[in-house]
Amino acid sequence: MSRLEHIRIPEPEKPLPGLTISSDQGLIQWLSSVDHKQIGIMYLWLSVLFILVGGIEILLVRIQLAVPNNHFLNPEVFNQLFTMHGTTMIFFVLAPAIFGFATYFVPLMIGANDMAFPRMNAFSFWCTLFGGLLLYFSYLAGGAPDAGWFNYAPLNQFSYSSSPGIDYYCSGLLLAGIGTVSASVNFIVTIFRLRVDGMGLKQMPVFVWMILINSFLILAAFPSLNAALVMLLLDRELHAHFFNPGNGGSALLWQHLFWLFGHPEVYILILPVFGIFSEVFPVFSRKPIFGYGFVVASGVAIALLAFGVWVHHMFATGLGNTVNNFFAASSLLIGVPTGVKIFNWLATMYGGSIRFSVAMLFAIAFLVEFTIGGLTGISFAIVPIDWQLTDTYYVVAHLHYVFIGGSLFGLISGIFYWYPKISGRMLSEKMGRWFFWLFVIGFNLTFLVQHALGAMGMPRRVYTYPDLPGWGILNMISSLGGGLMGIAVCLLVYMLFTSRKTGQIAGSDPWDANTLEWTTTSPPPLKNFNLVIPVRSTRPFRDWKRPDDTDWAREGVNNE
Amino acid sequence: MMKLVVGTEAMFFLSLIVAFIYFSLSPAFRNLQQSTLDIKTTGMFSVLLFSSSFTFWRADANCRKGRINRLKFWLLFTIILGIIFLVGQAKEYMKLLDEHVNLASSTFGTSFFTLTGFHGLHVVVGLIILTIVTCLAFLGDFDAGGSSVISTVGIYWHFVDIVWVFVFFVVYVVPHLM
Repeated sequence: MSRLEHIRIPEPEKPLPGLTISSDQGLIQWLSSVDHKQIGIMYLWLSVLFILVGGIEILLVRIQLAVPNNHFLNPEVFNQLFTMHGTTMIFFVLAPAIFGFATYFVPLMIGANDMAFPRMNAFSFWCTLFGGLLLYFSYLAGGAPDAGWFNYAPLNQFSYSSSPGIDYYCSGLLLAGIGTVSASVNFIVTIFRLRVDGMGLKQMPVFVWMILINSFLILAAFPSLNAALVMLLLDRELHAHFFNPGNGGSALLWQHLFWLFGHPEVYILILPVFGIFSEVFPVFSRKPIFGYGFVVASGVAIALLAFGVWVHHMFATGLGNTVNNFFAASSLLIGVPTGVKIFNWLATMYGGSIRFSVAMLFAIAFLVEFTIGGLTGISFAIVPIDWQLTDTYYVVAHLHYVFIGGSLFGLISGIFYWYPKISGRMLSEKMGRWFFWLFVIGFNLTFLVQHALGAMGMPRRVYTYPDLPGWGILNMISSLGGGLMGIAVCLLVYMLFTSRKTGQIAGSDPWDANTLEWTTTSPPPLKNFNLVIPVRSTRPFRDWKRPDDTDWAREGVNNE
Repeated sequence: MMKLVVGTEAMFFLSLIVAFIYFSLSPAFRNLQQSTLDIKTTGMFSVLLFSSSFTFWRADANCRKGRINRLKFWLLFTIILGIIFLVGQAKEYMKLLDEHVNLASSTFGTSFFTLTGFHGLHVVVGLIILTIVTCLAFLGDFDAGGSSVISTVGIYWHFVDIVWVFVFFVVYVVPHLM
């Protein structure tokens, strides 16, 4: 090894630079970093970058749809834009944001100084980044993918989509998928091996629990996507016959493989967010989480049931009543553990002394919006309703209520909760409130009316529509709401950028919080901890701050 | 960690195997499967691959007891068996390609080459890992003992063999049972 000594990898020696790149080594320190905090921050910036790109794409789509018989975009561009919007938001906004928070906070919350495999951690991030860049390279290579984010066969075949877009879709998602799987392996090993002494599984913060469950879910779900992508690449590049019915292939096989991944994927994007809420609600209600065991166990139940519901995306394909009924029942069933969690959070707030910070506002708004999304979801589990509403704007409304009202609200709540820890500075609560109302009003304007449009029969993914009664005005409302959301997101990004330098100094524990990440400085030094406070409950930091009123002592009394 | 990797890989192969079975339900597929595949030749090569699990197990056991020379011997033995299996697979592929069975010829060609090809790819990766480990063994990395590398690599190598048990059964044995 001695011959290699002169190649010096820049290692940060001073405390980490928070969110800036003004360290002595500049950008190279970020590029070469294997520190979980820096990698987590890069994941989060990646997500911010792509939310702007994906947002611009969908604003163009909404401009096209604002009035009937519009010709702002041609149909080919329209198809590419909504495909790229969906793919980007799911794989390169929600997923990296979740991984960013997990990479940053899982080690801090379990009292570890880094992930189990720091270099693999960097590998996971760069795979995700280059996966995203590969997907977007399709624009330069002759056209973006245009068959929707779930890319159904035979539309994904060369004879229907001859631009290289779908080939880039396959390779980009495969690369990002490798990053996702390796990150999950890393999380599981980290959580099992690196917890501080005294933190048993029952003392783990709920966020860490959800990341653990989520990682297993990813390991089980992503292979079927990867297999489907490989098969599709073989179809398109080497003329194999997996999905082309004309040559004996099966279009349904794609749907089965895709949704066998795709339905767990939507839980992959929501379970960690449930974890974030399970941190936010207790801190801002000043109460322990209500029914810790139930919150964790319902997470496990959701993960297991997630693999038994994929056919509810395929009710319209004619698989027969027996199959449909089975999957209808399992889909209704998965509403139960989710409902359990909603009641857990409500009960956590009940009787607490609530602080309405922006993080908490988003958490409360989530309870409302996500329940709406959940109820429309339940309605899809009923086969005849699904037949009526499938592929209409009702589906679009439903999935945005769970993806935005669920996942994105949670991630934003996480940003407001953890930004002080990551950057050392507060986000302005006043501007945060402006952002909150703009975003929530814009969101509901955009998507609430789409329920009605769907019920009136407006199909999704059509580039324009005739001037039927009500359609014009409802679409215009939806587009205006979209614009409002766009303004709100710009405000958020502006806040994230400016508060790095001008925000109020946060201190190590601005929220009077409960978990270990708040015991170190903000931002944490390169080495997170020298000594970790004793962990005897799920709120170790609170126990330490209030030795006369500890959770473990109170639970001990209850046990006697 | 390796167990998690193997678990997720198992799900990947499950998808490929399910696709193979799905297509194999058509009669034309079955006829091709029965007429083109030679269960005896491939069976022989398969036995060699299965025995490489045994030789690796010997390597692992000797490593734990600190018998480094025997470790090197069994590692080399394992690599040779793996290479022979790949040679067998290559010959089978050549024969099929001569008969105009290829990835683009039919759903049988498509699913056969994809499934066995991905397994072959995993054997290649395994051989690369084994070669690295063998080099390390000759450089004296395992002389001190206490390394978990051999048993970790073992999880992967045994997994590749076990996958072949299922692939061999589904691809070669099942048509003779029908």
